[in-house]
Amino acid sequence: MATEAHEDQAEIRGIGHSVKRKEDARFIRGKGNYIDDIHLPGMLYMAILRSPFAHAKLNGIDASRAQAVPGVVAVVTGELMAQHNLAWMPTMSGDTQAVLVTDKVRFQGQEVAAVIAEDPYVAKDAVELIDVDYDALDVVVSPQQALASDAPVIRDEKDGQTDNHIYHWESGDADATDRAFADADRVVSLDTFYPRSHPAPLETCGCIADVDGATGQATIYMTSQAPHAIRTVFALVAGLPEENIRIVSPDLGGGFGNKVPVYPGYVVATAASLLLGRPVKWIEDRSENLISTGFARDFHMHGELALKNDGTMLGLRTSLLADEGAFHADAQPSKFKVGLFHVVTGSYDMSAAHVVADGYYTNKAPGGVAYRCSFRVTEASYLIERLVQNAAYELGMDPADLRKKNFIRKDQFPYETPTGFVYDSGDYHGAMDLALEKIGYAELREEQERKRAEGKLWGIGLASFTEAVGAGPHKDYDILGLKMNDGAELRIHPTGKGILKISSKTQGQGHETTFAQIVAEEIGIQPEDIKVQHGDTDNTPYGLGTYASRSTPTVGAATAMVSRRVIEKARKIAAHLLEVAEEDVEFTRPTFSVRGAPDKAVTIQDVAFAAYTNFPDGMESGLEAAYYYDPPNLTFPFGTYAVAVEVDRETGVWQVTRMVAVDDCGVRINPMIVEGQIHGGLTEGYGIAAMEQITFDETGNCIGSNFIDYLLPTAVETPRFELGETVTPSPHHPIGAKGVGESATVGSPAAYVNAVIDALWPLGVRNIDMPLTSAKVWEAIEAAKAPA
Amino acid sequence: MTQIAVTVNGTRREADVEPRTLLVYFLREQLGLTGTNVGCDTSSCGACTVHLDGESVKSCTLLAVQADGREVMTIEALAEADGTLHPLQDAFHRHHGLQCGYCTPGMLMAAASYLKENPTPTEAEVRESLEGNLCRCTGYQNIVESILDAAGQMSGAKS
Ligand code: FES
Ligand code: FES
Repeated sequence: MATEAHEDQAEIRGIGHSVKRKEDARFIRGKGNYIDDIHLPGMLYMAILRSPFAHAKLNGIDASRAQAVPGVVAVVTGELMAQHNLAWMPTMSGDTQAVLVTDKVRFQGQEVAAVIAEDPYVAKDAVELIDVDYDALDVVVSPQQALASDAPVIRDEKDGQTDNHIYHWESGDADATDRAFADADRVVSLDTFYPRSHPAPLETCGCIADVDGATGQATIYMTSQAPHAIRTVFALVAGLPEENIRIVSPDLGGGFGNKVPVYPGYVVATAASLLLGRPVKWIEDRSENLISTGFARDFHMHGELALKNDGTMLGLRTSLLADEGAFHADAQPSKFKVGLFHVVTGSYDMSAAHVVADGYYTNKAPGGVAYRCSFRVTEASYLIERLVQNAAYELGMDPADLRKKNFIRKDQFPYETPTGFVYDSGDYHGAMDLALEKIGYAELREEQERKRAEGKLWGIGLASFTEAVGAGPHKDYDILGLKMNDGAELRIHPTGKGILKISSKTQGQGHETTFAQIVAEEIGIQPEDIKVQHGDTDNTPYGLGTYASRSTPTVGAATAMVSRRVIEKARKIAAHLLEVAEEDVEFTRPTFSVRGAPDKAVTIQDVAFAAYTNFPDGMESGLEAAYYYDPPNLTFPFGTYAVAVEVDRETGVWQVTRMVAVDDCGVRINPMIVEGQIHGGLTEGYGIAAMEQITFDETGNCIGSNFIDYLLPTAVETPRFELGETVTPSPHHPIGAKGVGESATVGSPAAYVNAVIDALWPLGVRNIDMPLTSAKVWEAIEAAKAPA
Repeated sequence: MTQIAVTVNGTRREADVEPRTLLVYFLREQLGLTGTNVGCDTSSCGACTVHLDGESVKSCTLLAVQADGREVMTIEALAEADGTLHPLQDAFHRHHGLQCGYCTPGMLMAAASYLKENPTPTEAEVRESLEGNLCRCTGYQNIVESILDAAGQMSGAKS
């Protein structure tokens, strides 16, 4: 009987199974294939000379000493690039960026020249021998300086650019917000700076450009989270025919947004390979990675929340200054200049909000990429969650109660926010209640009272975030005009195994496992029998790549839909095999059976074989399909994080004693992988809250250019996490899933900071800007102690 | 150029190296053992951890010439010759102790030598032992669990 046959089958390890990862087999044996592991015959090595100045006129470059070093093949300068019309390139946000400097340098670490040599050491040595004549110029290191009327104009090469202003952007309804504020009993405000941080994946960026002079074929191995978009940009930048460009993104040692943009090194290496006819490898060292590639945040935020005395939230106003660095290179959807910051009303039901943002050029590295954050949702979530926590204290309410009073209720979804998002689904009270229960909130508050009586500084911090991920619907979302839709192709082989080709690119998220599970769920072939191909533009469908938690919402959906397409055809073949009409075929994976006669059945494997050996007349052979998914909406994951900390009054050292994270990302495909993503995000969130920061001195020197100055959390200080989940499926996603990769980096910084502020509130401390180093916390305690 | 002879993963390898060549470059570039990774230039990350005469070292902090006459073991030799995984490799797989995999060879090598020193560590001790190994993906929790599990397996197997 078919039902028996089904029971005989091993359980299909589809959605909801913690399938162990397929990708592990190579990584635990040291057999990963990262960019620097790739070696091509005849390969040359490139090293880049970078500017020591943050702002300086370039008078000239003398490369003769470098050129004379044995083993040096070429020195590439901006002048040479300009001869090929490649001295400048477009950025992901439609600005331009210097590939190699021709007129003046605009940030410390900017690419000035490159040496191509037979050996990587020789290339590095020769870089030191290039003589550059600079005239230092005045430097701008903050948007506040940038907007001063006498500030030097950083982008004076741009037509019509007479100051450092890049964009002004507004969202929401200013009048309605004014009216809400007029009705308020109380306005709580906060000025805070979300510092510049860096994704700092453990593997830096790099590429190997291999241009075949005879055929014009350019194969570029590149650390890229978005290989297809990069291919199109390369075609536009270099004027190469797109069919001759193949981007191969090999195993990536993490990305977190750092590997989304096009960097000058990629372009120079490609130009050099084109000119020299040999493959050229360029691998950043760590300090190059930290000083020149996509940073994140650097956002000065002012927020005001209007409330009634009973805690009812009426409206929110924010104004922002964005420090974009010397070139505006944010990878944001074109329509949204500060990304999705306007999700800033968060988890709360309020009638009005207004967001004003201005972006400025400064003499700092460009990038503005989202470090594990969907387009500035992180900054938004931080601002509202800090504001709400402070508002609770000012109203004399418990922060949990104030949140619960204002949460969008479950029955209000789909919910339209005052800035125009339509939240698809949520149960904010459910996630909050679970988090409070898991951490033992009521008991902790009692314990806090006792500890305070003993003179101890104890704090509990909450954050109830809502994210907007999975960009996105084609009418609103594009990058450089490219719609943010993604593809999947599924081909089932005669033996009943298959290959899924996807446009996303894993950087550790486990796509090779998770996406195979989606196929398994839909068609009943086990995940180990589905190979997942990604990262090679010649062999995968088009799509915009993996960042902003978009892979599951977009490519995951495409994978489910392409599987359904395959089943449509498989059903026809099954009908042929079972000799019945298609309408009489039922599919209960992995078996097709005859309606009313369940013992007449064939499996998907039987059908696959028949697709190549015994298909009906008039039907194309084979069993495969393609699907490009246009999401009807974003997905809106959410959760509540609860943190308990103890602060040492004498030293300012704070320690996380408990960290509970309840996430709701809809349906979890592989719970083990989801939890791993949350652990990683909670750790990066902790790093941002506690230690990670890139600063600049007044002359634009970058401080934070190595792992001694740019601190990352180690196993010792990283908290132990206690996770919880609620499941509110996305109503519009084919399998009900939402993105999750970044939830924890988005939600957790405010929870950690709120906990420290909760500890210090009785002393009168109202805010400390991240990172909350022990020195800053100690200073805040001392300042609070000092008589006013 | 200096001539060195190093026993790498059980095989004696003779080579001419520049005196300034770092051990990690010798392993990766000259011997093609690319399992050992490089994540920094300040001896901070531990991605390059290998064993030198049985003890874990950061191979970016040593010159190849310093390994002359000594024994080096890299991630490529952690599993047995027949392919059987080391208990740590197996535990990392079962506990999802890796994501991008870039820190993993260093983590495994550091943990393998640490467990020889301290076969039955506490969680806090494992965390301390990993202080020189950065992971950007996992948040360490599953790495720590993997190591504790492997420690249990290994000491259980011995007793
Ligand atoms: S590469 Fe050796 S410690 Fe980072
Ligand atoms: S798994 Fe990516 S750095 Fe550890």
